[in-house]
Amino acid sequence: MDSVLTVNSLTMNFGGLRAIDSVDLEVRQEQIVALIGPNGSGKTTFSNCLTGIYEPTEGDIFISPTPGGRRRINGIKINRIAEMGIARTFQNIRLFSNMTVLENVMIGRHCRAKAGVLGAVLRGRKTRREEQEIVDRSYEILVRTGLADQADEPAKNLPYGAQRRLEIARALATEPFLLLLDEPAAGMNPRETDELEELIVRIRDEAKISILMIEHDMRMVMSLSNRIIVLDYGEKIAEGTAAQIWENPDVIKAYLGEDFHGDA
Amino acid sequence: MKASAEFIKSFFISLWFMLLTFPILVIRVNTIEKVVEWRWRNMAFIGIGSFLLSFVWRWLLSRKEKGRQPAETGNVETLPLGRRLLAEPRIYRPALTALALFTIAFPLLFSSYQTNIMTTALIYVMLGLGLNIVVGLAGLLDLGYVAFYAVGAYSYALLNHHFGLGFWAILPVGGLLGALFGILLGFPVLRLRGDYLAIVTLGFGEIIRLILENWNAFSFGPSGIANISRPGLFGISMTLNEATIYIYYLMVALCLFTIFVVNRLQDSRIGRAWIALREDEVACQAMGIDKTRTKLTAFALGATWAGMVGVIFAAKTTFINPACFTFMESAMILSIVVLGGMGSIAGVILGALILILTPEYLRAFSAYRMLLFGTAMVLMMVFRPQGIVTNIRRVYRYGTKGKESRPAQA
Amino acid sequence: MSSGPRFDMDYFLELAIGGLTRGSIYALIALGYTMVYGIIELINFAHGEIYMIGAFTALIVASVLTMNGMTGVSVLILASVVAVLYAAAYGFTVEKIAYKPLRQAPRLSPLISAIGMSIFLQNYVLIAQTSDFLPFPNLLPVLPFMEPYSHIMGSTELIIVLTTALATAALTFFIKFTKLGKAMRATAQDRHMAMLVGVNVNRVISNTFIVGSALAAIGGVLIASHIGRINFSIGFITGIKAFTAAVLGGIGSIPGAVLGGLVLGWTESFATGYVSSDYEDVFAFCLLVLILIFRPAGILGRSSVQKV
Repeated sequence: MDSVLTVNSLTMNFGGLRAIDSVDLEVRQEQIVALIGPNGSGKTTFSNCLTGIYEPTEGDIFISPTPGGRRRINGIKINRIAEMGIARTFQNIRLFSNMTVLENVMIGRHCRAKAGVLGAVLRGRKTRREEQEIVDRSYEILVRTGLADQADEPAKNLPYGAQRRLEIARALATEPFLLLLDEPAAGMNPRETDELEELIVRIRDEAKISILMIEHDMRMVMSLSNRIIVLDYGEKIAEGTAAQIWENPDVIKAYLGEDFHGDA
Repeated sequence: MKASAEFIKSFFISLWFMLLTFPILVIRVNTIEKVVEWRWRNMAFIGIGSFLLSFVWRWLLSRKEKGRQPAETGNVETLPLGRRLLAEPRIYRPALTALALFTIAFPLLFSSYQTNIMTTALIYVMLGLGLNIVVGLAGLLDLGYVAFYAVGAYSYALLNHHFGLGFWAILPVGGLLGALFGILLGFPVLRLRGDYLAIVTLGFGEIIRLILENWNAFSFGPSGIANISRPGLFGISMTLNEATIYIYYLMVALCLFTIFVVNRLQDSRIGRAWIALREDEVACQAMGIDKTRTKLTAFALGATWAGMVGVIFAAKTTFINPACFTFMESAMILSIVVLGGMGSIAGVILGALILILTPEYLRAFSAYRMLLFGTAMVLMMVFRPQGIVTNIRRVYRYGTKGKESRPAQA
Repeated sequence: MSSGPRFDMDYFLELAIGGLTRGSIYALIALGYTMVYGIIELINFAHGEIYMIGAFTALIVASVLTMNGMTGVSVLILASVVAVLYAAAYGFTVEKIAYKPLRQAPRLSPLISAIGMSIFLQNYVLIAQTSDFLPFPNLLPVLPFMEPYSHIMGSTELIIVLTTALATAALTFFIKFTKLGKAMRATAQDRHMAMLVGVNVNRVISNTFIVGSALAAIGGVLIASHIGRINFSIGFITGIKAFTAAVLGGIGSIPGAVLGGLVLGWTESFATGYVSSDYEDVFAFCLLVLILIFRPAGILGRSSVQKV
């Protein structure tokens, strides 16, 4: 299988602080890769480098949206990276809370549409068709993520789990080849986590989207991931399948004191 | 809280305000004649007024606190009665017709003095709607909006003075120049945080005014430019009265045009991007929206409108000087948007009419005009940040392909 | 312009001292902006008006006292004390009415409220007093030992500069060593954390407004004595300039506010002296726009990393 994301010795410094220290990572087509590690191990910094919020100090990030179409994306602006096909969710939910659920997803369609100011004012046939397509595609995504019933609710009125799913729906609307989920199960109850798990698998299998997931919930990571990468203090300390990670003594040491095997 | 405790609290508040306003409100010194005037009556007013208002204040605050809770627990907010009535075609159709007839008949029913006032109010409606794009929709606090207004007014005044160019030729030019200035200013400053942006735009507005005031060779300095031509109509010569009526209808037409454009913009891809940007910049960019470009579009469009209204203003008053374009003017337009409801077209129209017409018709208020504006801004922010008219999100028609979506917003 | 073809040292010194005086006043007012911004991240737009009210109160008190036959330094001291107390009371009240109910609101709400408050206070003084400029008596004593240098630096200038230095030193001491000062620094760093460790954040914010307003009133008395006339609108321009000074130095930083005030004072003084006096305010606004565009963190400030 081809790789869609290749990260070579990525390093990120903040002043004198090294948040990430030459980390390699690869995501292959239709894989679910999980990035785990204790708090403050650099996971979120890593995802921010990937999505253009930070420009990495050293190292390369390559993406291949189409087989063979390899491209270096270091330091490219956030919105361009989203356009190129990396979509993300946020650890602390960042929805457009006063817009409706449907509109949130429609914002995701923004970069796949063209209408400008003139088009908006004249509202010709082309613009109308594009608008309707945005609405229809967005609604379709809501149906697939199980949010269709609340389409016209303001996003802030959704229950917590549904807000997390809406973040994913919004990201899917940008038609990514790679979806980056930043702690998607945080704060969810077991039932919501199960539903989320099922949704992630469906995204991979039906939409053929590769997934890079940062997560704390070990049960979910173990059951979903094709490969797991463990960060500690900004360094990669282990990589492998769920079974390999489970038995890796370094990982257990890094997590010592945290509830690693706890709820397994 | 017990009633007696409330009473004591209000008593102390009233005491505090009497003491606080004592030097400014009670004492007035005439430094030339060396007399001190003691206005004890004012102290009594303040005492009684603040005593009563403190009850109202606490009541409003507690109501706001209560209002917040159901929203947090996820209850459905019911629409206010006014909006439910307006959603009913049997009611809003005749209401709209009556309003249209009234607007058309206004100059025939009232004197040209009244018509003039109405035209001024309509100018502010248009300015408010223009600023609403920037502040209400895109969430960019622009405190130098008046600068673009000045650009439009001066471009008409100067081009008319030097080259005798007419109103209709300059109207689009004024808009374009406004947009140009908007882009020139916006490009470097739009990456700034919200509050810094506000200050930079304020600074820019003041720079423009000070240049107009001091660059005599260009702008004729503080004395301004007089005898600017009124708008023409196929070369027909008009009496002053006819011209007033003509400008009134012109303003009505331009307001309708503005409403049409803003309405279409806010229900479009661009409009949604503005609102999303206002809600969360980072998330918006992560969805592939170009922050700078989207902001710049809003800023430039707002400036275009200010430029056009500037041309109309110069043509209406036939005289402009830099004193017409002070920060207070920007603040006035801002308070129209804030009072009416950020992002709501109907709200901004209502806000402009209330804030401009009230001081005109209630003469007693006219001295307190700016005092009212300031108070309105504070009170709206504290008690009703969404404005008089809440902007309700549009509901789209989905699932059934090919059909038009139905707008649910008044 | 009095400068001849050769470099005129006296003229240069005069401008330098003029800039220092002006800058000192900006610094006094900038301290209020910087402290408030440091704690609640709000540009307290009404701060310039507090300074104006301070000056008005001093004028009213001084006039009443002189008309009743009082003279000399006692008038100055009484008027200043009353002005400082009243400015502090106004600052406290403004915060309670216009900002405290908006702690949880979106960022722009308190800013708009502050603009409204500023407009309100200006018009309150306009309606209650007058729109004319009022002559302000020079309350500052004339120091005989400054007489020989009066062509460069008068005693008024000396007093202004010394008062500012003293006030800044006192403020620095207060923030570094008193319990309340420490609570302020803690709140500025992390309001939530400060609350958790038992700091009464609302009280800290109130006190910040009180201290900042008191400093603005000192500035008001000084500048009104220096310039000799005041009206209801003096707070607006001076307020913006003081804010410029605060940003210039790095908003949130106390030495920054002083440094920014001085830089702005000198810029204005030299630019009006050597370039053109017509555009006095334009220089300040241009400096404001340029600093915000190119170095929004200011001279002493550090740029912060975006939190996601």
